[in-house]
Amino acid sequence: MKEKLIVVGNGMSGLRVIEDLLEINKDKYDITIFGEEPYVNYNRIMLSYILSQEKTFEDTIINHESWYTQNNITLHKGDKVISIDKLNKTVTSQNGKVENYDKLLIATGSKPFIPQTVGSNLNNVIAFRNKADVDTIIKTIDKSKTAVVVGGGLLGLEAAYGIAMHGVKTILVHRSGSILSQQLDSTGGKLLQENLEKYGIEFKLNTTIKQINGISDVEEVEFSDGSSVESNIVVFATGIIPNKDLAIEAKLDTKKGIIVDDFMATSDKSIFAVGECVEHKGNTYGLVAPLYEQGKVLAKKLADVEVDGYSGSTLSTRLKISGVDLFSAGDYLGDETTEELILLDEKVGIYKKLVIYDNKIIGIVLYGDTADASWYLKLLKEHTDISDLRTKILFGKSALSGDSGHGGDDVNSMSDDEEVCGCNGVCKGDVVNAIKDKDLKSLSDVKSCTKAGASCGSCLGLVEQILVNTLGDEYNAVEEGICDCCDVGHKEIKECINENEFSDVYEVFEKLNWKTNDGCIKCRPAINYYLLVKYNDDKYKNDKRSALVNDRNYANIQKDGTYSVVPRIWGGLTSPQELKDIADIAVKYDVPTVKFTGGQRLDMLGVKKEQLAPMWKDLNDCGFVSGQAYAKGLRTVKTCVGSQWCRFGTQDSMAMGVKLEKLTWGSWTPHKYKIAVSGCPRNCAEATIKDFGVVAVDSGWEIHIAGNGGIKVRVTDLLCKVETDEELIEYTKAFMQFYREDAYYLERTAHWLERVGLEYVKKIMLDTQKREYYVLRFEESQKSAQVDPWAKAIEDGFTKEFSPIVIKPEESVSFEAKEIN
Amino acid sequence: MQNWIKITELENIPLMGARVIKYEDLEIAIFKTKDGSIYAINNICPHRQGKLSDGLVHEKVVTCPLHNTDVDMISGESIGEEYECTKTYELKIENSLVYLNLK
Repeated sequence: MKEKLIVVGNGMSGLRVIEDLLEINKDKYDITIFGEEPYVNYNRIMLSYILSQEKTFEDTIINHESWYTQNNITLHKGDKVISIDKLNKTVTSQNGKVENYDKLLIATGSKPFIPQTVGSNLNNVIAFRNKADVDTIIKTIDKSKTAVVVGGGLLGLEAAYGIAMHGVKTILVHRSGSILSQQLDSTGGKLLQENLEKYGIEFKLNTTIKQINGISDVEEVEFSDGSSVESNIVVFATGIIPNKDLAIEAKLDTKKGIIVDDFMATSDKSIFAVGECVEHKGNTYGLVAPLYEQGKVLAKKLADVEVDGYSGSTLSTRLKISGVDLFSAGDYLGDETTEELILLDEKVGIYKKLVIYDNKIIGIVLYGDTADASWYLKLLKEHTDISDLRTKILFGKSALSGDSGHGGDDVNSMSDDEEVCGCNGVCKGDVVNAIKDKDLKSLSDVKSCTKAGASCGSCLGLVEQILVNTLGDEYNAVEEGICDCCDVGHKEIKECINENEFSDVYEVFEKLNWKTNDGCIKCRPAINYYLLVKYNDDKYKNDKRSALVNDRNYANIQKDGTYSVVPRIWGGLTSPQELKDIADIAVKYDVPTVKFTGGQRLDMLGVKKEQLAPMWKDLNDCGFVSGQAYAKGLRTVKTCVGSQWCRFGTQDSMAMGVKLEKLTWGSWTPHKYKIAVSGCPRNCAEATIKDFGVVAVDSGWEIHIAGNGGIKVRVTDLLCKVETDEELIEYTKAFMQFYREDAYYLERTAHWLERVGLEYVKKIMLDTQKREYYVLRFEESQKSAQVDPWAKAIEDGFTKEFSPIVIKPEESVSFEAKEIN
Repeated sequence: MQNWIKITELENIPLMGARVIKYEDLEIAIFKTKDGSIYAINNICPHRQGKLSDGLVHEKVVTCPLHNTDVDMISGESIGEEYECTKTYELKIENSLVYLNLK
């Protein structure tokens, strides 16, 4: 007879206990879970990504309905437990359900703390705690020009960033003089603030909210510094309080939270508690890693497996804002008895501080470069004496081994007990053992089995490296499906397309047993791309219905559904007449915004879809072709003025830039592709963060590859040096074609290179025969590629669809239909 | 009360694509799916007001071009998300002409 286990709370910590328990003994309990929210178990940590629209709610679901079913777990969604009868061992829910238990687990998490302020009861004064909050924020800021976020802690910053990503002016109010004051010292806080200001967040420090004004909804916010702002929303991220209401009602021992022992038992030995709702040895925790550490202990306890008790956690944290690398742990402030080792480069935005006591690390602050976070944390946790490492320790682990590296962690040198995933407390050894013991073959298998990388996702690259190293040659044997429509990955799809003859995407679907008839937004554009690359435009007609919207409409869609139009400006060179023509056209179509792009071109923003075709026609008439600013293809070739004008220029970068752009425009690539040519090593065209960067030197040209100036800046790798223009052109052709054919769809050169390795690319590119092979294939493909898509779309009549059909009310007719479609 | 209006010839609705109908303040997208069926829905995505007519059509679903929200053309419901329903409209075809019920 199974025992009955009831879990109160369907959140991350409670469910982690159940997952761990099922791993150890899946037959011990009949499990019933009550959840207050009307959803399955989702990852609350990732709410900030939903708000910033970098992920969907679906991406945050940890366990789908099928998981509950497969494990015979009864889930009561949207039903809160309101009382516990300890004597009869029953719980009662809000919907009137009464259930017996043998063991009860309380995992009710925490409640947001909203300070009592005048007006804090108005509509749209909310917390940032659950999915409903995020939905409300998104809905409200649509109608608001300004949003106010209160609290400069982790949650507040993530909320402010997410809101600012919607283009809404965001004011963050924080009572102390430095943001993230619980995790960072003032130097780190200042660097972080400067970075976040770039996203449009305005900070009011040493300030609080005086009162919130409005009749029913928020209308205005007054601050303690005497200023005020019109706003429709106030988001409070001012801390959390352990949710101990149910425990109090049941007369369990509580203080700040529900009191538990080292085995997470409450004052009633049939009732356990875990997560943010508990207090252990006077501490409460609001980060996920400690909660999972508690969960591991409790799962073993519930399974009657011997386990050492929980002894508390060392807190470390990372900020989940794209492009902001921040890590802190331990006693990051120190005191008069401690020393500090500091590396600060404000210009580059790197700050590292180690707080040392008795030659041991007791606190860590890393900003801008967190690659060594897990290594420093290990030294901290193990109380390692760092006397011998002291002079080099701030330069990271690679500096000690003499390997300067090129970013990324060296997983080979990591010890098994070194932490990989801070969110879930998973060490390298856990991942390696799971891969070996459970025969895991894919990243998703590792994620779901070990939970490494399953929360904020910032360690996924590292997890994948461990997978690759552990599996060796086997790694490529199994690939994940590219979307839910199929079980096959890019590699297998490409092989299939290369080995067979297909005339459209549907034939590929049929051959590879697609689960859907038409594919989806992820797979159809990918298949269309692979077919285009194989056959070139002359043998396979680009299927516009399978292309992403920008590639289909030859313009960049903007947040309001209008488009941006960019004519090609070869090598960044233009003329007064061209500028005048563009200006005339911008005036003619009443273009609201004209902007110079980072790639030295003019962008006309706010163009209505029905204006696109006539505008293209006018631009064509003036000699312009599409700049493909929207395309998965060559965008731009940026140049400096080079030897033509610059006192320091050693080569004619402008002429070379124009030549390379005329060579490479028009063809499709897996992702956008940018080239730059600098006329001397001063590198004014910033060639070393481009997909293909050319830097002139006295003896010829340096060729750099796989740079990226995006969210995560990646500096290029040097491919080689060449002496002549002809050699440079040869490499330009060969590299572009190699990337076109070898990378996966939507894989930037930077990610492709990191996946396949620089040595692999060098091996092909520096081999004369192989290089010639790709040159020839490039030249062949370009024959049919260099057609202006604007002119072609007009010629094909595709743009008819761009014009709406306008029906006047007087054209309404009474109609009795005979045929129903 | 029905309010039928004549839209256009069926062939003017592109296969696996859409045409936009403007009627006073309304903007309605008429989609044609791979099997030739047509559907009329409000052109505005319930999530972030993207124009659905610019979305990718697959089976009876259109994916909003702004943030990839999937909207069911038959019911107007967003799939996998809990946004409000998009309004859908009845269509009829007679003599290759498409009629839309604005009720």
